[in-house]
Amino acid sequence: MAIHIVDRRLNPGSKSLENRQRFLRRAKALVQGAVKKSSQDRDIKDVLEGGEVSVPIDGMDEPRFRREGGTRDMVLPGNKKFIEGDILPRPNPSGGKGRGAGEGDSEDTFRFVLSRDEFVDLFLDDLELPDLAKRKLAEVESQGIRRAGYTTSGSPANISVSRTVSRALARRVALRRPRPEVLAALEAELEDCRDEARRAELMAEIEALKAKIRRIPFIDPIDIRYRRFETVPKPVAQAVMFCLMDVSGSMTEHMKDLAKRFYMLLYVFLKRRYRHVEIVFIRHTDRAEEVDEQTFFYGPASGGTLVSSALQAMHDIVRSRFRPDDWNIYAAQASDGDNSYADGEVTSRLLTDMILPVTQFFAYLEVGQENGLSYEMPNSSLWTLYEGLRASGAPLSMRKVNERSEIFPVFHDLFQRRSQQERTGS
Amino acid sequence: MTATDQLLFEGADWDFRTLQRICDACEHVARDELGLDVYPNQIEVITAEQMLDAYSSVGMPLFYKHWSFGKHFAFQEASYRKGLMGLAYEIVINSSPCISYLMEENTATMQTLVIAHAAFGHNHFFKNNYLFKQWTDADGILDYLEFAKRYVAHCEERHGRLAVEHTLDAAHALMSHGIDRYPGKKSLDLRAEEKRAGRRRAHEESAFNDLWRTVPAGKVKSGAILDVERRRQMLGLPQENLLYFLEKTAPRLRPWQRELLRIVRHIAQYFYPQSQTKVMNEGTATYVHYRIMSRLHQQGRLTDGNFLEFLQSHTNVVFQPEFDDPRYSGFNPYALGFAMMQDIERIVTNPEAEDREWFPDIAGTGDTMGVLRDIWANYRDESFISQFMSPRLMRHFRMFHLHDDPEDRSGILVDAIHNERGYRRLRRELARQYDVGFIDANIEVVDVDLAGDRRLMLRHTVVKGAQLSEADTKRVLQHLADLWSYDVSLVESDASGTVLKEYVANPRNISVAA
Repeated sequence: MAIHIVDRRLNPGSKSLENRQRFLRRAKALVQGAVKKSSQDRDIKDVLEGGEVSVPIDGMDEPRFRREGGTRDMVLPGNKKFIEGDILPRPNPSGGKGRGAGEGDSEDTFRFVLSRDEFVDLFLDDLELPDLAKRKLAEVESQGIRRAGYTTSGSPANISVSRTVSRALARRVALRRPRPEVLAALEAELEDCRDEARRAELMAEIEALKAKIRRIPFIDPIDIRYRRFETVPKPVAQAVMFCLMDVSGSMTEHMKDLAKRFYMLLYVFLKRRYRHVEIVFIRHTDRAEEVDEQTFFYGPASGGTLVSSALQAMHDIVRSRFRPDDWNIYAAQASDGDNSYADGEVTSRLLTDMILPVTQFFAYLEVGQENGLSYEMPNSSLWTLYEGLRASGAPLSMRKVNERSEIFPVFHDLFQRRSQQERTGS
Repeated sequence: MTATDQLLFEGADWDFRTLQRICDACEHVARDELGLDVYPNQIEVITAEQMLDAYSSVGMPLFYKHWSFGKHFAFQEASYRKGLMGLAYEIVINSSPCISYLMEENTATMQTLVIAHAAFGHNHFFKNNYLFKQWTDADGILDYLEFAKRYVAHCEERHGRLAVEHTLDAAHALMSHGIDRYPGKKSLDLRAEEKRAGRRRAHEESAFNDLWRTVPAGKVKSGAILDVERRRQMLGLPQENLLYFLEKTAPRLRPWQRELLRIVRHIAQYFYPQSQTKVMNEGTATYVHYRIMSRLHQQGRLTDGNFLEFLQSHTNVVFQPEFDDPRYSGFNPYALGFAMMQDIERIVTNPEAEDREWFPDIAGTGDTMGVLRDIWANYRDESFISQFMSPRLMRHFRMFHLHDDPEDRSGILVDAIHNERGYRRLRRELARQYDVGFIDANIEVVDVDLAGDRRLMLRHTVVKGAQLSEADTKRVLQHLADLWSYDVSLVESDASGTVLKEYVANPRNISVAA
């Protein structure tokens, strides 16, 4: 009897992929909750990393008729000292159920690993920005060149030697151009040959071959091929994102949380478009400093409020580290809107002269108290100032946010509006 | 064929020629010395990832798509990645040809062990055990699964993924009660089954006439209410196969839904013998691999080193922790099965006075394989244990029986131990642990209220006070009601007929059932 031995290792794996997707779809709400929760604990940069989430088993359990309780009889191995009729004390009231209780127990929360893409999809899906990536965002585009096949005309510098020679060879073979060896052999024969008739014959033959060689050139202009290049618009592949935040005493935890969420979204968005994204955190009170993320969100600080200090810091950093030609610069500023009155003029000058010309996008997010209603808030000094700038044509985006739930719509709105402007502009 | 005294391989590496040599050597021992009768073998080498895939679709090479398999996959993948769980060395499928999956990372010794275990041990058991012969169709299963997969995909296309998912969810919830437990029904012929389903669908399509939809429904001609006895007889009540009952009588199911129930039911039935023969099946396979490996070593075809490697993993497989060991989680079917097979070998070849008294039919007959082959063919776990568990083995395992009555405040009673007074009771209790009649809740359809609100009435006969767990039961009944599309009630009553608890579920309004 023949035994079949089959190597299945090369068969496509992940047969379960579809089942997995079905499971994720099914558990979408739960997984989304878990993704949201796990993204709260993460730093902005890690938000994209995928990873383990844990969801409660409820709602995707598979119920079966199971029995519990009642009188139980069991036969166990390993008796050491019991004899018939012994009464053993119960371990503890609930312990009677411990071991034998069966399947359901081990799976009541359910941990599994999401891939990076699955994670981001669920994350963005939650933001209800399904086609965010399609929105065109104004960005500095430099021209890049890319190979695009061959062409019959071009600059001599671009001649493709290998392609040209191989075409020439094909042509020579096709037209039966005599090979030099054949000619050489005939000439050698002519040297040695003493028979006149044969000599004449050979000479005629050689002459004919030479004529043919002259008629069929080694390389003909029609053989020549040039490498073709296309210019393609090439997005600058790196971006820097400036997070500016007022951390003076009037900013509550809630406000910082709102700001963090906004930054997170912006980061995710940029990350999807640019290969390399840097983040610069600048916090300010009445003076500004560049800090790391932890300090930015959680470090204590106190003092007055001078927005211009942050803008000045940003301007300095841009000048020293991020050349606007090489970097796409995005900035998002979060503040409760307080600014000292005297600072207004400096701020507006910095913004219009220094910052806005080099940035792709500048958003101002005014964060308010929880439960506050944005339309009831009197316009803050900063808001009034920016409003004025915008009215005079500065490309500023500004929004007010009070509730977490508003972050996503506002974010959506910001980018949507920008793309419309662009369309009407072009 | 290579000479029978050469080493099969050296070291741990193997290639496909080695596998072929191993198979030939194993087959030689299995066929000529043990007298095994097996389906043709097909051995497939797979990666760890493919093994995980196979795990999540209950070990079958192809299966229809359902989210629950994805859930199991995600769960198993996570615990495998974390190192909490090792993977099995092999999976074997009860089909003809009998397919065994081997993991690529096994060493040559492990491959030999696994081939002996699965391709000959399990394979012989599948082909010869009466339960498998009666309830499964090894020739047709792969084709049937292929059909099921295509049919489910087809239904999803025609009726929508959600509708199919609802139906399958409900069917899965009732899967453990979709089994015919008693012979009498004709055994499955899955090929014919597949053809029949195709024909039925074709007929439906050819006979479709939209006019019928527009014909106004007349007055229902129910007339006289059937008397109870007649009604129960017509509906085939009481019926414990809930899926079968729904498939045949649920009033508002679509034809494709009935077919899905049928598929789930057939698959449940296919696995039914496996759940009843765990100890025997693993015992057989372990005993066979032990015999084959020992013989190969004796013949000088395995080095001492390889044989020691084998013994080490064999010992791990048949390890039985004691009840107070943290690793204890019930009897290990490999350990119990293997110990019983070896014990039978001892009784047959070298019995003591006690064995002659307990097993007069087999003690000392000398034909080990003859006796074992007969046992493998004609018993299941419950009958096997209740017939062949010897006092010596009960002493070896130091078994004892605990009787835990929650009513008894003083504690848990040690009812029997491994002594002269206890042997028979121990054996009976242990056998009962493997009796499917006691493992699954006894739930039956008892009646349908045809004259009134069409309520479907179920009864759970409570044994030894073990009632259904409430949360799960409610959810299962919800699924049941969705399929039945009218109210469903479940009564739990004990042997004397006292009602302990009653559940009622109303169908949810799911558009597909309308």
